[in-house]
Amino acid sequence: MNAVRSWIKSLLLVELFQGLALTGKLFFARKVTIRYPEEHTPKSPRYRGLHAQRRYANGEERCIACKLCEAVCPALAITIDSEQREDGTRRTTRYDIDLFKCIYCGFCEEACPVDAIVETSITEFHFEKRGEQIMTKEKLLSIGDKYEAQIAAERAADAPYR
Amino acid sequence: MTAALHNLLLYWAALPFGWRLTLRSLGGIIAIMVPLIVSVGFMTLIERKVLSYMQLRLGPNRVGMHGTFQWVADVLKLVCKEVILPTNANRFLFLTAPIISIATAFAAWAVIPFSNGVILSDANAGLLYILALSSFGVYGVILAGWASNSKYAFLGAMRSAAQMVSYEIAMGFALVGVLLASHSLNLNQIVLGQSGNIGHWYLWPLLPLFMIYLISGVAETNRAPFDVAEGESEIVAGFHVEYSGTAFAAFFLAEYANMILISALAATLFCGGWLSPLQGWSWLAGTSLGFLTRTSFIWFALKTSFFLYCFLWFRATFPRYRYDQIMRLGWKVFIPITILWLVLEGLAVVLKISPWFA
Repeated sequence: MNAVRSWIKSLLLVELFQGLALTGKLFFARKVTIRYPEEHTPKSPRYRGLHAQRRYANGEERCIACKLCEAVCPALAITIDSEQREDGTRRTTRYDIDLFKCIYCGFCEEACPVDAIVETSITEFHFEKRGEQIMTKEKLLSIGDKYEAQIAAERAADAPYR
Repeated sequence: MTAALHNLLLYWAALPFGWRLTLRSLGGIIAIMVPLIVSVGFMTLIERKVLSYMQLRLGPNRVGMHGTFQWVADVLKLVCKEVILPTNANRFLFLTAPIISIATAFAAWAVIPFSNGVILSDANAGLLYILALSSFGVYGVILAGWASNSKYAFLGAMRSAAQMVSYEIAMGFALVGVLLASHSLNLNQIVLGQSGNIGHWYLWPLLPLFMIYLISGVAETNRAPFDVAEGESEIVAGFHVEYSGTAFAAFFLAEYANMILISALAATLFCGGWLSPLQGWSWLAGTSLGFLTRTSFIWFALKTSFFLYCFLWFRATFPRYRYDQIMRLGWKVFIPITILWLVLEGLAVVLKISPWFA
């Protein structure tokens, strides 16, 4: 009896029509595609993208050349040289991050006692020449200057969970 | 302006009869070929769109409005590419095979009626002609696989040749059913035989044959779920692995032209071709919707488009058949069912069971 029923079922293409009904329904369902350059997926404030160095509100750079980030960096991507400035404070003379070595783990940001080095949520960057992947102190500071509002907003959004 | 036109008509009348016939046929061929090639182009785009919509994607949406001109870009790319001849390939056959494929796919359109009497060749043996051409299309596939001198191409060719030959039998039997019902091989006559409203179409009395025709049509054109001939995951691309550029485009064109042909035939033979489904509803004819009851090319186009959509729908829904399952389906299921139905239908015709077989 069961055999007859399944025979009739397959002859009437029941399961095939069920499948067609499903895809036919999905044809009108909402599409999940994100049209990338115009639309973006939402990003967490903790997103670890391109690096930046921040300044205090009075324009003084935050970094005090403690070299904690250099020590913690698992990929050895950070190189720091430091010197005493005329006013007696300790400052970096060289702060390089090799973005080809960097694994974007965010440990440098965690280690920093003064929130100087941060990872922004910027993902759209590229290099055109050899050597451009070395982020110097000037480049990092200028990124920080440019995106300070965004960086500060992201830190503030994440502050309650830290 | 009118004088020039008048002169032109005079020249036309002065031409010998043979010339006029040739020129008129040529005009007809161009009038069929050009829209067909354009619709093949759009078909490739619509296929990607339908597939992606069923997979919750958007599909091509960059070239032109919602990707409308994607197919133009694809064609340009294919035309610009080099046609590579494999080292040990048979040069002559290698280049002949795509021509055979495409020629048979296009030639069959000569007997398709687009509207009442609008037909390139009103041949009395139209159905036979179509059967003959669709069998001839197998040669394009076999020659392509053989001439490529490649294992994959040869395997693909063998597979698709066996498949096309087996399904042609079931398809032929399904068409014999139409022949029995209409008493004619002329496609225009077959459509006229279905006059009346939607209930008079051969679709209903021949429903099993129609289903078998449609499924065999999918198998015949080597489309999913019967695309073992192409089988990307198993044998790369089947018989046309070694083809590139325009030669590949020819196979592509032939495949889609065949799809459109099968759909047009399904519409013509089983769904009343250019007849309106509401034909004969006299109460509607008097109202402002009366135009719906008129016969028109648009009905033919709509029906063909629906079957084309079904092709894409099947592709989005069904997984590929295993090869032995395809053969089992063709020989052990379709052929017995068609023969059984032909016997029943023959009895109905002899006993004059109305309304269909009177």
